[in-house]
Amino acid sequence: MTGQAARRRSAYPYALYLPAAVVFLVIFLVPTVMAFYFALTRWTLFDSTFVGLDNFRDFLAEQNLRVGFVNTLVYAVLTSGLKVVLGLLLGVLLTSKLRLRGFLRSVVFFPTLVSTVAVGITFSMLLKPQTGLVNQALALVGIDGRDWLGDAATALLSVALVDVWKGVGLATVIYIAGIMSIPTEFYQAVAVDGGSAWHRFRHITLPLSWPATYSVIILSFIGGLRSFDLIWTMTRGGPGFTSDTIASIIYKQYQAGFFGLSTAGNVLLFLIVTAIAVPLNHYLGKRQVAM
Amino acid sequence: MREGIRRLGVEAVVLVAATVIFLIPFALMLLTAVKDQTQAVDLDFAWPTSWPVVENFMAVVEARDYVLLRAYVNSTVITVASVTLLVIFAAMAAFVLQRRPGRVARAADFLVLSGLIIPPAVVPTIWLLQALGLFKTLPGMILAEVAFHLSFAMLLFRAFVAAIPRELDEAAQIDGCTGFRLFFRVIFPLLRPVTITVILVSSVNIFNDFVNPLYLLPGDENATVQVTLYNFQSQYNTQWNLLFMDIVLITIPPLLLFVFFNRKIVAGMTAGAIKG
Repeated sequence: MTGQAARRRSAYPYALYLPAAVVFLVIFLVPTVMAFYFALTRWTLFDSTFVGLDNFRDFLAEQNLRVGFVNTLVYAVLTSGLKVVLGLLLGVLLTSKLRLRGFLRSVVFFPTLVSTVAVGITFSMLLKPQTGLVNQALALVGIDGRDWLGDAATALLSVALVDVWKGVGLATVIYIAGIMSIPTEFYQAVAVDGGSAWHRFRHITLPLSWPATYSVIILSFIGGLRSFDLIWTMTRGGPGFTSDTIASIIYKQYQAGFFGLSTAGNVLLFLIVTAIAVPLNHYLGKRQVAM
Repeated sequence: MREGIRRLGVEAVVLVAATVIFLIPFALMLLTAVKDQTQAVDLDFAWPTSWPVVENFMAVVEARDYVLLRAYVNSTVITVASVTLLVIFAAMAAFVLQRRPGRVARAADFLVLSGLIIPPAVVPTIWLLQALGLFKTLPGMILAEVAFHLSFAMLLFRAFVAAIPRELDEAAQIDGCTGFRLFFRVIFPLLRPVTITVILVSSVNIFNDFVNPLYLLPGDENATVQVTLYNFQSQYNTQWNLLFMDIVLITIPPLLLFVFFNRKIVAGMTAGAIKG
């Protein structure tokens, strides 16, 4: 036993961890830990004064900052919910016997690879109030479009929908992988019993693609909570502060030179992401085992 | 027979819907990029009356003293360097993590998971890079990209290492090949398929990264393509043709990767997601 352990030590030295560990610890972990201290200070990068929980109080008390929490949650729930529903539908569709299946898969997936800034700019153009293609198309069917990104009621929702447009391709390919791994015997059994397409979906595809659902939820929920690029290129949190998320507030406070306040936003984001992701992972993971 | 016609109808509807929803934005991009300024203002699908493709291209490239070219060089350097380091560091760590279970491996597992979940603390990262003299430098940006993408790469590598039989290690050990030599001579070459996947997926992600360069590489001389594009948005707010030409130029590298390695990229992204 000891001989085996010794051989393992010599064959797999911990030194192999070293480069990855150094980069990860120094560049990622140290700032993450230090954030908890700097969040309690008034800070200019060069010197910091301890101010206790003032930054957090500001974050929770000021209307402009508080709106970010609600928006972040709305955005994450909306985008991940839609990605699950649409990803599943597209996944089912694109695993059926469809001509041009390969082409459609590529078409749906490609936006995942385009830069978020490019997507944001393009859709800002499409959503322009007078000349935008979306409103022109709506006018054709007699609907009066509005200034989607300039209106406080629709700005955040419009950005969330663009996020879904860009991200649903990844959800779809995850579902495709999940559905393809379902053994065909299950479907054959339903066919023998004379089950309908709905029956097949409801009792086989839906429950057995659970691992895919789990991945899509975790991935897009965490992504939604952290999202910044798309909101920043499309609305910059506007009009006013109505489409700000925590990540965009972090950037605004950083630009304004309030580094302590900005870092407090980071700590809050950290707490929210862990408070949601860890139980979600635990709960969804358990359901997966129960299957 | 009727079934067949209905099927065809459904397929046609799906095809048209998918094309409209997913391809129209790209069509608009391409079409506007090749129009002249007056016609580009309409942002519609009218066929271009003139084709100033070369003029638009040159105008975008020459803008702000060739900032786009510098941005392209910077983005390429950042992507190539960080992906190279990422692949080597992550593969080494994933190998020992998979082969040597124990307390250290459990700690490493925990760190990989936290790297996937925790949003980077940006301002403290700036503070740290400043202290190391790496803020606003390409090496600093490269190290940051490596740190932020390590977890994802390690997940993919670890799963692949698990599929390599240990007997192979043992045979190599008998020949006196252990540690780093064992890894680089025997294991790393076998990781080739997953290495290609990691290279593709993380190249796209790092090339398209906007947030981290925005914070860690401010200023024109170190601009990356995404930050340049973002700045062009306000500069070209009347010259849509140039803005879209810029978008097209920046979308070409990921498009090329997609055309050649579609399957690999899809496989890598799904594997990373499902194992995460």
